[in-house]
Amino acid sequence: MNGFSSIFKRELKGYFSTPLAYVFLVIFLCLATFQTFRGGFFQIRQANLSVFFFQMPTLLLFLVPAIAMRLWSEEKKSNSIELLLSLPITTAQAVLGKFFAALGVMFIALVLTFPIVVTVYYLGAPDSGPIIGGYVGSFLIAGAFLALGSFFSALTRNQVIAFILGIVACGAFYYAGSPAALKWLSSALGSGAADVFEHFSFQLHFESLLRGVLELRDIIFFMIVTAASLWANTLVIENHR
Amino acid sequence: MIEVKGLRKVFGDITAVDGVEFSAAKGDVLGFLGPNGAGKSTTMKMLCCFLPPDGGTATICGNDILQEPLKVKSSIGYLAENAPTYEEMTVREFLKFIAAAREVSNPKEAIEKVSKSCSISNVMNQTIGTLSKGYRRRVGLAQALIHDPQVLLLDEPTDGLDPNQKHDVRELIKSLAKEKCIIISTHILEEVEAICNRVVIIAQGKVLTDSTPQELKDKEGATLDEVFRKLTSATPETASAVS
Repeated sequence: MNGFSSIFKRELKGYFSTPLAYVFLVIFLCLATFQTFRGGFFQIRQANLSVFFFQMPTLLLFLVPAIAMRLWSEEKKSNSIELLLSLPITTAQAVLGKFFAALGVMFIALVLTFPIVVTVYYLGAPDSGPIIGGYVGSFLIAGAFLALGSFFSALTRNQVIAFILGIVACGAFYYAGSPAALKWLSSALGSGAADVFEHFSFQLHFESLLRGVLELRDIIFFMIVTAASLWANTLVIENHR
Repeated sequence: MIEVKGLRKVFGDITAVDGVEFSAAKGDVLGFLGPNGAGKSTTMKMLCCFLPPDGGTATICGNDILQEPLKVKSSIGYLAENAPTYEEMTVREFLKFIAAAREVSNPKEAIEKVSKSCSISNVMNQTIGTLSKGYRRRVGLAQALIHDPQVLLLDEPTDGLDPNQKHDVRELIKSLAKEKCIIISTHILEEVEAICNRVVIIAQGKVLTDSTPQELKDKEGATLDEVFRKLTSATPETASAVS
Protein backbone atom coordinates (compact mmCIF):
# COMPACT_ATOMS: atom_id res chain seq x y z
CA MET A 1 0.00 0.00 0.00
CA ASN A 2 2.90 2.28 0.82
CA GLY A 3 4.22 1.74 -2.69
CA PHE A 4 0.92 2.89 -4.18
CA SER A 5 0.59 5.97 -1.98
CA SER A 6 4.18 7.12 -2.48
CA ILE A 7 3.86 6.83 -6.27
CA PHE A 8 0.44 8.49 -6.22
CA LYS A 9 1.72 11.45 -4.18
CA ARG A 10 4.86 11.86 -6.27
CA GLU A 11 2.92 11.84 -9.51
CA LEU A 12 0.19 14.20 -8.34
CA LYS A 13 2.77 16.64 -6.97
CA GLY A 14 4.65 16.28 -10.26
CA TYR A 15 1.65 17.55 -12.23
CA PHE A 16 1.42 20.68 -10.11
CA SER A 17 5.14 21.39 -9.74
CA THR A 18 5.44 21.69 -13.52
CA PRO A 19 3.22 23.79 -15.81
CA LEU A 20 1.55 20.59 -17.05
CA ALA A 21 -1.48 20.57 -14.75
CA TYR A 22 -2.09 24.31 -15.10
CA VAL A 23 -1.87 24.29 -18.88
CA PHE A 24 -4.15 21.28 -19.01
CA LEU A 25 -6.73 22.75 -16.62
CA VAL A 26 -6.83 26.15 -18.33
CA ILE A 27 -7.19 24.65 -21.83
CA PHE A 28 -9.77 22.16 -20.64
CA LEU A 29 -11.90 24.78 -18.91
CA CYS A 30 -11.63 27.28 -21.79
CA LEU A 31 -12.60 24.72 -24.41
CA ALA A 32 -15.39 23.20 -22.32
CA THR A 33 -16.92 26.62 -21.72
CA PHE A 34 -16.39 27.83 -25.28
CA GLN A 35 -17.97 24.72 -26.77
CA THR A 36 -20.92 24.98 -24.41
CA PHE A 37 -21.74 28.57 -25.33
CA ARG A 38 -21.04 28.02 -29.01
CA GLY A 39 -23.22 24.89 -28.92
CA GLY A 40 -26.26 26.97 -27.97
CA PHE A 41 -26.35 26.93 -24.17
CA PHE A 42 -28.56 30.06 -24.12
CA GLN A 43 -30.31 29.50 -27.44
CA ILE A 44 -32.03 26.27 -26.36
CA ARG A 45 -33.73 28.30 -23.61
CA GLN A 46 -33.77 25.35 -21.24
CA ALA A 47 -32.15 25.18 -17.83
CA ASN A 48 -30.03 22.09 -18.38
CA LEU A 49 -26.46 21.13 -19.15
CA SER A 50 -27.11 18.84 -22.12
CA VAL A 51 -24.96 20.98 -24.44
CA PHE A 52 -22.12 20.98 -21.92
CA PHE A 53 -22.13 17.21 -21.49
CA PHE A 54 -22.70 16.28 -25.15
CA GLN A 55 -19.44 17.89 -26.21
CA MET A 56 -17.51 16.55 -23.21
CA PRO A 57 -16.41 13.17 -24.69
CA THR A 58 -14.95 14.82 -27.81
CA LEU A 59 -12.95 17.18 -25.64
CA LEU A 60 -11.77 14.33 -23.39
CA LEU A 61 -10.91 12.27 -26.45
CA PHE A 62 -8.10 14.71 -27.29
CA LEU A 63 -7.07 15.96 -23.90
CA VAL A 64 -6.96 12.74 -21.88
CA PRO A 65 -4.48 10.94 -24.18
CA ALA A 66 -2.34 14.10 -23.90
CA ILE A 67 -2.13 13.55 -20.14
CA ALA A 68 -1.80 9.77 -20.47
CA MET A 69 0.91 9.71 -23.13
CA ARG A 70 3.71 10.58 -20.74
CA LEU A 71 2.77 8.14 -17.96
CA TRP A 72 5.12 5.36 -19.05
CA SER A 73 6.79 6.62 -22.24
CA GLU A 74 8.64 9.27 -20.28
CA GLU A 75 9.83 6.77 -17.67
CA LYS A 76 11.08 4.51 -20.45
CA LYS A 77 12.80 7.28 -22.34
CA SER A 78 14.63 8.74 -19.33
CA ASN A 79 15.25 5.24 -17.99
CA SER A 80 13.79 6.27 -14.64
CA ILE A 81 11.62 3.14 -15.01
CA GLU A 82 14.71 1.22 -13.92
CA LEU A 83 14.85 3.23 -10.73
CA LEU A 84 11.09 2.98 -10.20
CA LEU A 85 10.93 -0.79 -10.63
CA SER A 86 13.99 -1.45 -8.49
CA LEU A 87 12.06 0.01 -5.54
CA PRO A 88 10.29 -2.57 -3.38
CA ILE A 89 6.90 -2.03 -5.00
CA THR A 90 4.84 -4.21 -7.31
CA THR A 91 4.22 -3.27 -10.94
CA ALA A 92 0.49 -3.09 -10.21
CA GLN A 93 1.09 -0.54 -7.44
CA ALA A 94 3.12 1.60 -9.83
CA VAL A 95 0.48 1.35 -12.58
CA LEU A 96 -2.35 2.20 -10.19
CA GLY A 97 -0.43 4.99 -8.46
CA LYS A 98 0.22 6.69 -11.77
CA PHE A 99 -3.31 6.11 -13.03
CA PHE A 100 -5.05 7.49 -9.96
CA ALA A 101 -2.79 10.56 -9.84
CA ALA A 102 -3.72 11.38 -13.45
CA LEU A 103 -7.37 10.63 -12.64
CA GLY A 104 -7.02 13.08 -9.75
CA VAL A 105 -6.11 15.81 -12.25
CA MET A 106 -9.17 14.88 -14.34
CA PHE A 107 -11.32 15.01 -11.21
CA ILE A 108 -10.03 18.50 -10.38
CA ALA A 109 -10.70 19.57 -14.00
CA LEU A 110 -14.32 18.39 -13.78
CA VAL A 111 -14.84 19.98 -10.34
CA LEU A 112 -13.56 23.30 -11.71
CA THR A 113 -16.39 23.38 -14.25
CA PHE A 114 -18.72 24.20 -11.33
CA PRO A 115 -19.45 27.81 -12.47
CA ILE A 116 -21.48 26.45 -15.36
CA VAL A 117 -23.57 24.41 -12.90
CA VAL A 118 -24.03 27.46 -10.68
CA THR A 119 -25.08 29.45 -13.77
CA VAL A 120 -27.74 26.98 -14.80
CA TYR A 121 -29.16 26.74 -11.26
CA TYR A 122 -29.17 30.55 -11.08
CA LEU A 123 -31.01 30.89 -14.37
CA GLY A 124 -33.63 28.22 -13.79
CA ALA A 125 -34.59 25.05 -11.97
CA PRO A 126 -32.81 22.23 -13.78
CA ASP A 127 -33.40 18.54 -13.16
CA SER A 128 -30.43 17.41 -11.04
CA GLY A 129 -30.49 13.78 -12.28
CA PRO A 130 -28.98 14.38 -15.72
CA ILE A 131 -26.38 16.76 -14.24
CA ILE A 132 -25.20 14.16 -11.72
CA GLY A 133 -25.34 11.47 -14.42
CA GLY A 134 -23.39 13.72 -16.76
CA TYR A 135 -20.62 14.27 -14.24
CA VAL A 136 -20.48 10.58 -13.28
CA GLY A 137 -20.39 9.64 -16.99
CA SER A 138 -17.71 12.21 -17.79
CA PHE A 139 -15.55 11.02 -14.91
CA LEU A 140 -15.96 7.36 -15.89
CA ILE A 141 -15.22 8.05 -19.54
CA ALA A 142 -12.15 10.07 -18.54
CA GLY A 143 -10.99 7.12 -16.44
CA ALA A 144 -11.48 4.66 -19.29
CA PHE A 145 -9.68 6.95 -21.78
CA LEU A 146 -6.89 7.42 -19.29
CA ALA A 147 -6.45 3.68 -18.74
CA LEU A 148 -6.38 3.09 -22.52
CA GLY A 149 -3.88 5.93 -22.93
CA SER A 150 -1.72 4.56 -20.12
CA PHE A 151 -1.68 1.16 -21.82
CA PHE A 152 -0.45 2.65 -25.11
CA SER A 153 2.07 4.76 -23.25
CA ALA A 154 3.51 1.55 -21.79
CA LEU A 155 4.02 0.15 -25.28
CA THR A 156 6.41 2.81 -26.55
CA ARG A 157 9.12 5.17 -25.39
CA ASN A 158 7.89 7.75 -27.89
CA GLN A 159 5.25 10.06 -26.46
CA VAL A 160 3.93 11.18 -29.85
CA ILE A 161 3.23 7.58 -30.86
CA ALA A 162 1.58 6.96 -27.48
CA PHE A 163 -0.60 10.05 -28.01
CA ILE A 164 -1.72 9.08 -31.51
CA LEU A 165 -2.42 5.46 -30.61
CA GLY A 166 -4.30 6.67 -27.53
CA ILE A 167 -6.56 8.97 -29.54
CA VAL A 168 -7.26 6.32 -32.17
CA ALA A 169 -8.11 3.69 -29.54
CA CYS A 170 -10.29 6.04 -27.48
CA GLY A 171 -12.00 7.26 -30.68
CA ALA A 172 -12.64 3.69 -31.83
CA PHE A 173 -14.19 2.76 -28.48
CA TYR A 174 -16.25 5.93 -28.38
CA TYR A 175 -17.56 6.02 -31.92
CA ALA A 176 -18.11 2.26 -32.30
CA GLY A 177 -21.78 2.94 -31.52
CA SER A 178 -22.33 5.89 -33.84
CA PRO A 179 -24.88 5.31 -36.64
CA ALA A 180 -22.23 5.67 -39.38
CA ALA A 181 -19.90 3.17 -37.72
CA LEU A 182 -22.71 0.71 -37.07
CA LYS A 183 -23.91 0.93 -40.66
CA TRP A 184 -20.41 0.22 -41.91
CA LEU A 185 -19.90 -2.61 -39.40
CA SER A 186 -23.18 -4.34 -40.22
CA SER A 187 -22.43 -4.24 -43.96
CA ALA A 188 -18.87 -5.47 -43.43
CA LEU A 189 -19.33 -8.01 -40.64
CA GLY A 190 -23.07 -8.62 -40.45
CA SER A 191 -25.68 -7.19 -38.11
CA GLY A 192 -24.73 -9.57 -35.27
CA ALA A 193 -21.25 -8.15 -35.07
CA ALA A 194 -22.61 -4.61 -35.24
CA ASP A 195 -24.80 -5.37 -32.21
CA VAL A 196 -21.79 -6.55 -30.25
CA PHE A 197 -19.82 -3.45 -31.17
CA GLU A 198 -22.71 -1.23 -30.21
CA HIS A 199 -22.64 -2.64 -26.69
CA PHE A 200 -18.93 -1.92 -26.43
CA SER A 201 -19.44 1.68 -27.46
CA PHE A 202 -18.65 4.32 -24.86
CA GLN A 203 -21.19 6.60 -26.51
CA LEU A 204 -24.12 4.28 -25.83
CA HIS A 205 -23.28 3.94 -22.14
CA PHE A 206 -22.44 7.61 -21.73
CA GLU A 207 -25.70 8.78 -23.27
CA SER A 208 -27.57 6.39 -21.06
CA LEU A 209 -25.99 8.05 -18.01
CA LEU A 210 -26.82 11.50 -19.42
CA ARG A 211 -30.51 10.66 -19.20
CA GLY A 212 -30.07 10.94 -15.46
CA VAL A 213 -30.60 7.30 -14.59
CA LEU A 214 -27.51 5.89 -12.96
CA GLU A 215 -27.74 2.39 -14.36
CA LEU A 216 -25.35 -0.01 -12.68
CA ARG A 217 -24.54 -1.77 -15.95
CA ASP A 218 -23.25 1.45 -17.52
CA ILE A 219 -21.07 2.19 -14.52
CA ILE A 220 -19.78 -1.39 -14.43
CA PHE A 221 -19.08 -1.29 -18.17
CA PHE A 222 -16.71 1.67 -17.80
CA MET A 223 -15.09 0.13 -14.74
CA ILE A 224 -14.44 -3.14 -16.58
CA VAL A 225 -12.88 -1.37 -19.58
CA THR A 226 -10.70 0.66 -17.20
CA ALA A 227 -9.65 -2.34 -15.12
CA ALA A 228 -8.92 -4.45 -18.21
CA SER A 229 -6.75 -1.71 -19.73
CA LEU A 230 -4.82 -1.27 -16.49
CA TRP A 231 -4.32 -5.01 -16.21
CA ALA A 232 -2.96 -5.11 -19.78
CA ASN A 233 -0.81 -2.11 -18.86
CA THR A 234 0.69 -4.06 -15.94
CA LEU A 235 1.41 -7.07 -18.15
CA VAL A 236 3.14 -4.90 -20.75
CA ILE A 237 5.37 -3.28 -18.12
CA GLU A 238 6.22 -6.65 -16.61
CA ASN A 239 7.09 -8.29 -19.90
CA HIS A 240 8.57 -5.53 -22.04
CA ARG A 241 11.02 -3.61 -19.93
CA MET B 1 25.18 -12.69 0.65
CA ILE B 2 25.01 -12.82 -3.13
CA GLU B 3 24.87 -16.12 -4.93
CA VAL B 4 24.56 -15.95 -8.73
CA LYS B 5 23.69 -19.27 -10.35
CA GLY B 6 23.86 -19.62 -14.12
CA LEU B 7 22.12 -16.35 -15.04
CA ARG B 8 21.17 -16.08 -18.69
CA LYS B 9 19.57 -13.32 -20.71
CA VAL B 10 18.82 -13.36 -24.42
CA PHE B 11 17.81 -10.36 -26.56
CA GLY B 12 16.69 -11.66 -29.96
CA ASP B 13 19.75 -13.33 -31.49
CA ILE B 14 22.17 -11.98 -28.93
CA THR B 15 22.93 -13.84 -25.73
CA ALA B 16 23.83 -10.93 -23.50
CA VAL B 17 24.48 -12.96 -20.35
CA ASP B 18 25.41 -16.60 -20.72
CA GLY B 19 25.48 -18.65 -17.54
CA VAL B 20 27.13 -16.14 -15.24
CA GLU B 21 28.06 -17.56 -11.82
CA PHE B 22 29.81 -15.96 -8.87
CA SER B 23 29.23 -15.28 -5.22
CA ALA B 24 30.07 -12.47 -2.85
CA ALA B 25 30.02 -12.23 0.93
CA LYS B 26 29.68 -9.46 3.51
CA GLY B 27 32.77 -7.26 3.43
CA ASP B 28 33.41 -7.96 -0.25
CA VAL B 29 33.78 -5.19 -2.78
CA LEU B 30 33.50 -7.05 -6.03
CA GLY B 31 34.64 -5.34 -9.19
CA PHE B 32 32.53 -6.56 -12.06
CA LEU B 33 34.71 -5.89 -15.08
CA GLY B 34 34.25 -6.23 -18.78
CA PRO B 35 34.43 -4.36 -22.08
CA ASN B 36 31.39 -2.40 -23.28
CA GLY B 37 28.56 -4.74 -24.20
CA ALA B 38 29.96 -7.62 -22.12
CA GLY B 39 26.71 -8.03 -20.19
CA LYS B 40 27.66 -6.23 -16.97
CA SER B 41 24.66 -3.92 -16.84
CA THR B 42 22.28 -6.67 -17.94
CA THR B 43 23.51 -8.85 -15.06
CA MET B 44 23.06 -5.96 -12.63
CA LYS B 45 19.54 -5.35 -13.96
CA MET B 46 18.64 -8.98 -13.35
CA LEU B 47 20.10 -8.90 -9.84
CA CYS B 48 17.97 -5.89 -8.89
CA CYS B 49 14.87 -7.66 -10.27
CA PHE B 50 14.36 -5.16 -13.07
CA LEU B 51 14.92 -7.65 -15.90
CA PRO B 52 13.60 -11.19 -15.59
CA PRO B 53 16.32 -13.73 -16.46
CA ASP B 54 15.79 -16.25 -19.26
CA GLY B 55 17.60 -18.90 -17.26
CA GLY B 56 19.32 -19.44 -13.94
CA THR B 57 18.69 -17.43 -10.82
CA ALA B 58 20.38 -15.64 -7.94
CA THR B 59 19.85 -15.28 -4.24
CA ILE B 60 20.50 -12.05 -2.39
CA CYS B 61 20.50 -12.11 1.42
CA GLY B 62 18.92 -15.54 1.23
CA ASN B 63 16.04 -14.47 -1.01
CA ASP B 64 15.63 -15.74 -4.54
CA ILE B 65 15.28 -13.00 -7.17
CA LEU B 66 12.50 -14.95 -8.91
CA GLN B 67 10.58 -16.07 -5.84
CA GLU B 68 10.90 -13.07 -3.52
CA PRO B 69 11.57 -10.02 -5.68
CA LEU B 70 10.12 -7.54 -3.17
CA LYS B 71 12.35 -8.82 -0.35
CA VAL B 72 15.36 -8.71 -2.67
CA LYS B 73 14.54 -5.16 -3.73
CA SER B 74 14.21 -4.10 -0.09
CA SER B 75 17.63 -5.45 0.78
CA ILE B 76 19.55 -3.83 -2.07
CA GLY B 77 20.52 -0.31 -3.02
CA TYR B 78 20.84 0.05 -6.77
CA LEU B 79 22.52 2.76 -8.78
CA ALA B 80 21.59 2.22 -12.42
CA GLU B 81 23.81 3.12 -15.34
CA ASN B 82 23.67 6.91 -15.96
CA ALA B 83 21.93 7.32 -12.58
CA PRO B 84 18.36 7.96 -13.76
CA THR B 85 16.28 10.23 -11.52
CA TYR B 86 13.19 12.41 -11.83
CA GLU B 87 14.58 15.63 -13.22
CA GLU B 88 11.63 17.86 -12.35
CA MET B 89 11.96 17.14 -8.63
CA THR B 90 14.28 18.86 -6.18
CA VAL B 91 16.92 16.66 -4.57
CA ARG B 92 15.08 16.77 -1.25
CA GLU B 93 11.71 15.86 -2.78
CA PHE B 94 13.33 13.02 -4.69
CA LEU B 95 15.03 11.56 -1.62
CA LYS B 96 11.80 11.96 0.36
CA PHE B 97 9.97 9.99 -2.31
CA ILE B 98 12.54 7.18 -2.29
CA ALA B 99 12.51 7.09 1.52
CA ALA B 100 8.69 6.83 1.50
CA ALA B 101 8.63 4.12 -1.17
CA ARG B 102 11.28 2.18 0.76
CA GLU B 103 9.45 2.70 4.04
CA VAL B 104 12.46 4.21 5.79
CA SER B 105 11.52 4.58 9.46
CA ASN B 106 13.09 8.00 10.07
CA PRO B 107 13.21 9.65 6.64
CA LYS B 108 14.42 13.05 7.86
CA GLU B 109 17.43 11.60 9.61
CA ALA B 110 18.20 9.23 6.71
CA ILE B 111 18.08 12.09 4.18
CA GLU B 112 20.33 14.20 6.39
CA LYS B 113 22.81 11.35 6.69
CA VAL B 114 23.06 10.46 2.99
CA SER B 115 23.17 14.08 1.90
CA LYS B 116 26.25 14.51 4.09
CA SER B 117 27.97 11.28 3.08
CA CYS B 118 27.33 11.92 -0.63
CA SER B 119 28.24 15.64 -0.34
CA ILE B 120 24.98 16.95 -1.76
CA SER B 121 23.83 19.04 1.23
CA ASN B 122 24.38 22.28 -0.70
CA VAL B 123 22.03 21.32 -3.57
CA MET B 124 19.15 19.81 -1.61
CA ASN B 125 16.64 22.43 -2.80
CA GLN B 126 17.81 22.50 -6.40
CA THR B 127 15.90 20.81 -9.21
CA ILE B 128 17.75 17.67 -10.29
CA GLY B 129 17.49 18.70 -13.96
CA THR B 130 19.69 21.73 -13.25
CA LEU B 131 22.49 19.75 -11.60
CA SER B 132 25.80 18.79 -13.17
CA LYS B 133 26.53 15.19 -14.11
CA GLY B 134 28.68 14.65 -11.03
CA TYR B 135 25.99 15.89 -8.68
CA ARG B 136 23.33 13.79 -10.39
CA ARG B 137 25.41 10.69 -9.92
CA ARG B 138 25.87 11.49 -6.26
CA VAL B 139 22.10 12.02 -5.90
CA GLY B 140 21.73 8.58 -7.48
CA LEU B 141 24.20 7.20 -5.00
CA ALA B 142 22.30 8.87 -2.14
CA GLN B 143 19.04 7.21 -3.17
CA ALA B 144 20.79 3.84 -3.25
CA LEU B 145 22.09 4.34 0.29
CA ILE B 146 19.08 5.94 1.94
CA HIS B 147 17.68 2.75 3.47
CA ASP B 148 21.12 1.53 4.61
CA PRO B 149 20.92 -1.63 2.48
CA GLN B 150 22.99 -4.74 3.11
CA VAL B 151 23.82 -5.10 -0.56
CA LEU B 152 24.86 -2.34 -2.96
CA LEU B 153 24.79 -2.75 -6.73
CA LEU B 154 26.55 0.18 -8.35
CA ASP B 155 26.66 0.40 -12.12
CA GLU B 156 29.58 2.66 -13.05
CA PRO B 157 29.33 4.81 -9.91
CA THR B 158 32.19 7.16 -10.78
CA ASP B 159 31.44 7.66 -14.47
CA GLY B 160 31.47 11.36 -15.32
CA LEU B 161 32.94 12.51 -12.01
CA ASP B 162 36.02 14.71 -11.76
CA PRO B 163 39.13 13.27 -10.03
CA ASN B 164 38.23 14.81 -6.67
CA GLN B 165 34.69 13.50 -6.79
CA LYS B 166 35.95 10.08 -7.88
CA HIS B 167 38.23 10.04 -4.88
CA ASP B 168 35.35 10.99 -2.55
CA VAL B 169 33.04 8.33 -3.92
CA ARG B 170 35.73 5.67 -3.62
CA GLU B 171 36.43 6.70 -0.04
CA LEU B 172 32.70 6.49 0.66
CA ILE B 173 32.51 2.99 -0.84
CA LYS B 174 35.55 1.89 1.17
CA SER B 175 33.98 3.19 4.37
CA LEU B 176 30.79 1.23 3.64
CA ALA B 177 32.59 -1.96 2.67
CA LYS B 178 32.97 -3.55 6.10
CA GLU B 179 29.28 -3.77 6.79
CA LYS B 180 27.98 -4.49 3.31
CA CYS B 181 28.41 -6.55 0.21
CA ILE B 182 29.12 -4.28 -2.75
CA ILE B 183 29.23 -5.03 -6.47
CA ILE B 184 30.67 -2.35 -8.70
CA SER B 185 30.33 -2.67 -12.43
CA THR B 186 33.04 -0.71 -14.16
CA HIS B 187 35.65 -0.66 -16.84
CA ILE B 188 37.95 1.69 -14.98
CA LEU B 189 40.77 -0.56 -13.83
CA GLU B 190 42.40 1.89 -11.42
CA GLU B 191 39.11 1.89 -9.55
CA VAL B 192 39.26 -1.86 -9.13
CA GLU B 193 42.78 -1.65 -7.78
CA ALA B 194 41.81 1.17 -5.44
CA ILE B 195 38.74 -0.33 -3.79
CA CYS B 196 37.97 -3.92 -4.78
CA ASN B 197 39.09 -7.04 -2.97
CA ARG B 198 37.52 -9.28 -5.61
CA VAL B 199 37.40 -9.10 -9.37
CA VAL B 200 35.15 -10.89 -11.83
CA ILE B 201 35.90 -10.29 -15.51
CA ILE B 202 33.25 -11.06 -18.10
CA ALA B 203 33.10 -10.80 -21.88
CA GLN B 204 30.38 -11.89 -24.27
CA GLY B 205 28.19 -12.72 -21.31
CA LYS B 206 30.57 -15.30 -19.86
CA VAL B 207 32.73 -15.16 -16.75
CA LEU B 208 36.38 -15.30 -17.79
CA THR B 209 37.96 -15.07 -14.38
CA ASP B 210 36.98 -14.81 -10.72
CA SER B 211 39.88 -13.79 -8.55
CA THR B 212 41.42 -10.99 -6.48
CA PRO B 213 43.26 -8.07 -8.11
CA GLN B 214 46.55 -9.09 -6.48
CA GLU B 215 46.23 -12.76 -7.40
CA LEU B 216 45.47 -11.88 -10.97
CA LYS B 217 48.50 -9.62 -11.26
CA ASP B 218 50.81 -12.19 -9.61
CA LYS B 219 49.53 -15.05 -11.72
CA GLU B 220 49.88 -13.28 -15.03
CA GLY B 221 52.92 -11.28 -14.02
CA ALA B 222 51.47 -8.14 -15.54
CA THR B 223 49.45 -5.06 -14.59
CA LEU B 224 45.69 -5.38 -14.22
CA ASP B 225 45.33 -3.34 -17.36
CA GLU B 226 47.40 -5.83 -19.35
CA VAL B 227 45.60 -8.81 -17.84
CA PHE B 228 42.26 -7.27 -18.73
CA ARG B 229 43.30 -6.66 -22.32
CA LYS B 230 44.80 -10.09 -22.66
CA LEU B 231 41.67 -11.79 -21.39
CA THR B 232 39.04 -9.74 -23.15
CA SER B 233 40.70 -9.10 -26.50
CA ALA B 234 40.95 -12.86 -27.06
CA THR B 235 37.21 -12.81 -27.71
CA PRO B 236 35.89 -10.82 -30.68
CA GLU B 237 34.18 -7.53 -29.93
CA THR B 238 30.70 -8.20 -28.65
CA ALA B 239 27.69 -6.54 -30.14
CA SER B 240 27.59 -3.08 -28.69
CA ALA B 241 23.82 -3.00 -29.07
CA VAL B 242 23.51 -4.89 -25.81
CA SER B 243 23.67 -2.65 -22.81
